[in-house]
Amino acid sequence: MSGGGRLAGWVFAGPALLVIGLFFLLPVICALALSVTDFDIYALADLDNLRFVGFGNYLALLQNPLFWKALGNTIYFVLVGVPLSIMVSLGAAVLLHSKLGRFKPFFRTAFFAPVVTTVVAVAVIWRYLFHTRYGLVNWGLSGLGIEPVDWLGDPHWAMPTIIGFAVWKNFGYNMIIFLSGLQAIPEDLYEAARIDGASAWPQFRHVTLPMLGPVLLLVGILTMAGYFQLFAEPYVMTQGGPLESTVSVLYLMYEQGFKWWNLGMASAVAFILFVLMGGITSGLLWFARRRGAEG
Amino acid sequence: MKWPALLSLILLVVVGCARNNDSREVVTFWAMGFEGEIVAQLLPEFERTHPGIRVELQQLPWTAAHEKLLTAYAGDSTPDLCQLGNTWIPEFAALGALEPLDIRLSGSTVIDIADYFQGIWNTNVIDGRVYGAPWYVDTRLPYYRRDLLLAAGFAQPPTTWLEWRKAMAAIKANAGPKGYAILLPLNEFEPLLALALQQDDPLLRDRGRHGNFRSAGFRRTLAFYQEMFDRGWAPQVSNNQISNVWDEFDKGMYSFYISGPWNIAEFKKRIPAQRQDEWMTMPLPGPNGPGASIAGGSSLVLFRASKHKQAAWQLLEYLSDVRTQARFQALTGDLPPRRTVWNDPRLANDPHAKAFRQQLERVKPTPKVPEWERIATEMRLVSEQMVNGKLSVDEAAAELDRRADAILEKRRWMLDRAGAK
Repeated sequence: MSGGGRLAGWVFAGPALLVIGLFFLLPVICALALSVTDFDIYALADLDNLRFVGFGNYLALLQNPLFWKALGNTIYFVLVGVPLSIMVSLGAAVLLHSKLGRFKPFFRTAFFAPVVTTVVAVAVIWRYLFHTRYGLVNWGLSGLGIEPVDWLGDPHWAMPTIIGFAVWKNFGYNMIIFLSGLQAIPEDLYEAARIDGASAWPQFRHVTLPMLGPVLLLVGILTMAGYFQLFAEPYVMTQGGPLESTVSVLYLMYEQGFKWWNLGMASAVAFILFVLMGGITSGLLWFARRRGAEG
Repeated sequence: MKWPALLSLILLVVVGCARNNDSREVVTFWAMGFEGEIVAQLLPEFERTHPGIRVELQQLPWTAAHEKLLTAYAGDSTPDLCQLGNTWIPEFAALGALEPLDIRLSGSTVIDIADYFQGIWNTNVIDGRVYGAPWYVDTRLPYYRRDLLLAAGFAQPPTTWLEWRKAMAAIKANAGPKGYAILLPLNEFEPLLALALQQDDPLLRDRGRHGNFRSAGFRRTLAFYQEMFDRGWAPQVSNNQISNVWDEFDKGMYSFYISGPWNIAEFKKRIPAQRQDEWMTMPLPGPNGPGASIAGGSSLVLFRASKHKQAAWQLLEYLSDVRTQARFQALTGDLPPRRTVWNDPRLANDPHAKAFRQQLERVKPTPKVPEWERIATEMRLVSEQMVNGKLSVDEAAAELDRRADAILEKRRWMLDRAGAK
């Protein structure tokens, strides 16, 4: 490449690189530096009180039972929440795509509505729905003869309730993506399948799913990345309780950083989460590439 | 649509600049929440009597105040005078952000230290230096159901733990399996903390180097707390699950509810008029006779970086003056820290405030280390595990000491280093 062309390339890429460097790379490097110190309010008062602790924060975290609890809770949330969320989205998309469906625009809007509502506002309503004494859910269950469940107060039920809340709140977004994926599948494939005698399920299994492969991968990665960052739902519904059963990794980071001002420790939490998510995402991509799902 | 907004913004800025031509000295004053709104009504009087000073009041929401103050400190933009929750004073004093007031206080004719409740004043004293003057106070004590207590056979509220146990057992027996005697929300550490302060053993030992939760006193408190859940006197719930504590209190789900003075107004508002005489406040019962409770509330502090300390001090004195305090009390309903103000008939004759007046003579500050709030949070988490049967009383005390010692590690290092110098 000629010198002029090289310069032009840098000029075009320059602004974007500058922005990425300034607003992404630099903060990440600062956070990394912070995570090997014990920066806290004492250090804020006087930098003399700042100690270099090396991997001390990371080691302390790995020995902290609350961190493992938070990690366990987050993984529980991701493992149950992501497949559930994708299944619900796909189910809703298939139903909306069906030729037998009625009032499609209405349902499309209704299913998408939770995505555009504020977490805080709907969390208030959910807290009422799941109230032990006065909640609609327990009232309905009592009609079936089931004893009232303490949805948000019982350590075993709090996370499932949070998962239900998150899935309900988010499934509409993926549904829209699936819907556009479904619309892109050529109709003649289904026609050919029908001529071969395939009923609804084999059609779904052998035509719809393979054709949706790339979309599924995209949705899977996006949803997982989002679900790993669980924060707002426990923050407004349970504040991490009962018995820390809904403390997520990000919630732990928030408490360390913004409540107790332990910025060194909080940065370490952020990095562990970053590495974890990076690892799992590239694992998924590798898996997809092997299966040939990537376009 | 955007233009009018932008124009008015520009206009505001212009007006703001124009006012800077005013030659008066400007004192910036940060105050929080409801008090921050109300105090604006007291400022014109101050500006009238102090013609050389103009007060710029900024209101902060409580939820953002702590973060905003720390950011202001880091960015060298602290106010001149500020309202500070008195449990935050150790933290800001450790930062070196606050101006000691001792010299100014010794020359003051307005602030009479002996007139303040001692436990409340004490929260402002750190290592022998005074960093703030109490503005309004709060403490925790039980609200109780007179009728249910009477039905259980008690004409007077209990004053000792022993009497309290008997009363709770009797109330529980009347209430049946679905009713309770007391509400101790698992998401609040204050009830347990109030009961812990009643013991003679301090909560931290060696100048705040280590936790002292394995002391006999704290374990007695922990055992009492545990007993209230074990015997079914208290339900294992957090505030979020109750959703309306006043309503449930009115329905008789529990007869004792430990809370602060702001709830006087709430109970007056939320309990129907015909049943208003069913509730009353009482001093917190102690292990042997009326016990201590938490010295809470807000103080007024001067920041060390301020360039208008003398003017800010005059405002602090004005706000601490008995007459201003009485007006402030009338406007907010907050409890005053000065005994003289309590002589005002409006307060002296208020039956619900009476128990608070008595309790305030027996309040104790929490340990004055910046890490205290974190330790108190751990206290809540560990006691929640204990109540759920995951830890015994002794295990919970040991676990608390372990967690407190880990949190205090940096403090020990700093104290050792300061000692070596």
